[in-house]
Amino acid sequence: MLKVLESGFWTSIQDRGRYDYRGYGVPVSGWMDSYSAEFANIILGNKEGTALMELTMTGPSLQFDSPTSIAIVGADMQPSIHGTPVLHNKVIDIKANDILKFHAAKIGVRCYLAIKEGFKSETVLGSRSFYEGITEQARIKKGDVIPYQTATKSMSPPLAKLKFKDDYFHQSLLEVFPGPDYDMLSQELKNELRNTEFKISGLNNRMAYQFENLISNSLDNMITGPVIPGTVQLTPSGRLIALMKDCQTTGGYPRVLQLTQKAMNALSQKAAGKSVNFRLKGFNCKNNNI
Amino acid sequence: MNYKLNYFRCNERSVLISWPQKIDENILYDILNFKDRIKKQLFKSKVEVINSYNSILVIYENTIENFNDVKIQLNTLYEASKGEYFSSKILWEIPVCYDDAFGFDITTICNDKSISQEVLIRLHSAPQYTIFFLGFLPGFPYLGGLDSRLHMPRKSNPKQEVPKGSVAIGGRQTGIYTQNSPGGWHVIGKTPIKLFDPHQSPPCFMEPGHKLRFVPILKDEFLKTEALVKESKYSLKPRLI
Repeated sequence: MLKVLESGFWTSIQDRGRYDYRGYGVPVSGWMDSYSAEFANIILGNKEGTALMELTMTGPSLQFDSPTSIAIVGADMQPSIHGTPVLHNKVIDIKANDILKFHAAKIGVRCYLAIKEGFKSETVLGSRSFYEGITEQARIKKGDVIPYQTATKSMSPPLAKLKFKDDYFHQSLLEVFPGPDYDMLSQELKNELRNTEFKISGLNNRMAYQFENLISNSLDNMITGPVIPGTVQLTPSGRLIALMKDCQTTGGYPRVLQLTQKAMNALSQKAAGKSVNFRLKGFNCKNNNI
Repeated sequence: MNYKLNYFRCNERSVLISWPQKIDENILYDILNFKDRIKKQLFKSKVEVINSYNSILVIYENTIENFNDVKIQLNTLYEASKGEYFSSKILWEIPVCYDDAFGFDITTICNDKSISQEVLIRLHSAPQYTIFFLGFLPGFPYLGGLDSRLHMPRKSNPKQEVPKGSVAIGGRQTGIYTQNSPGGWHVIGKTPIKLFDPHQSPPCFMEPGHKLRFVPILKDEFLKTEALVKESKYSLKPRLI
């Protein structure tokens, strides 16, 4: 069992999310930065989609009651075990009673703690991803205990040397596809979307990221239609809202842009006050490796 | 019906298929026919298929290699889905207590429309509504068929928390809050029925295409039913129509 000594700002269990329940209005959920999360599982040789812990802004303090192996990937929250700093992007062997502490994120927003074989919190509708109203809790609290598989055998190092590419933590350019309602925009509005530096507002979480700049427009509301994580909506008041993993399944605002998977990873690692630009990407370009 | 569909690639692995932008049952049945066909035919490739009033979203497991091929494949399925007629014969009769203890906005609507509470209840519980799709909250049904005399613009200031089970009117629509949630619709009553349960499979008994009717009940019956629901001794059976 893993005992939660301090919860951190917003800590939750996440896997790839819920498959095939969106038709019932259930958000897909799952890890926000899929690159970091999947990298953490790969380091440990975990199966694709294994449940891990997503830490946000300030990480938790955790005590392990039995041996296992872990990997830490993503935002730098200066992790340490009994006060000794531990490295990111590698296998860390854990002994019984080890205390792992995280602090405030220095670079990035979200950090992933993967454990050998994954965290064994409850599975609801095919996923362990926390979501209010679906799983028992929306986030981890102080005093919680989370089951995991004890693994006494020390891990053999992965065959190939893995290199974590952290460039997207520093990149402010987000690649986007035109959204289904992009062509409702006038040429001026299209240019404005392309040329504006958008500042991330304090209203950002697993559901959506809002931006401070307003794009004045007179677009009509739509008949409610499907939305997915990465959909960027433009509200009548001019607010640009980028939907994230816990977003609703349908929405009524024009869907002007759609973030690429990479752009979603990058945005997930950006805090309020940071600025981003959108660069439009088409599907018909010759060398696009999407 | 023969609709000209628009295929739009949304991102690496999803395609949005759009019908004319109006709320129309004929469009819904055309959509649901096609949706069923996609689900059956592409079952093995683990696609997710979601519908709304005028569109289907197809989410593939992996990145789409060639959008043109996908478009052709989907359109072939669409052509083949024609001629079939999707009609759900399933009717859910949802008990609702319109007592103003639960329907805290009922007097606002009655005053605005200059109608009595009895008339409002009659107008709201008469139609056989069509469930177009579920969205907004897990299990929240988007219903078509609200009497135009009950249309009412949404509140300009949404309420912080609308209780689970609340039956409400927003614009030209009526629906049921399946979880406690902030909301801008006018609450006119409450159902004691559990509409969404993540520990059941499927988690919700309502499906797009089903019919739904509200059956007025008194407060006594509401409390009795609520107690039975709590003890898991209540089961709602659909009626075949």
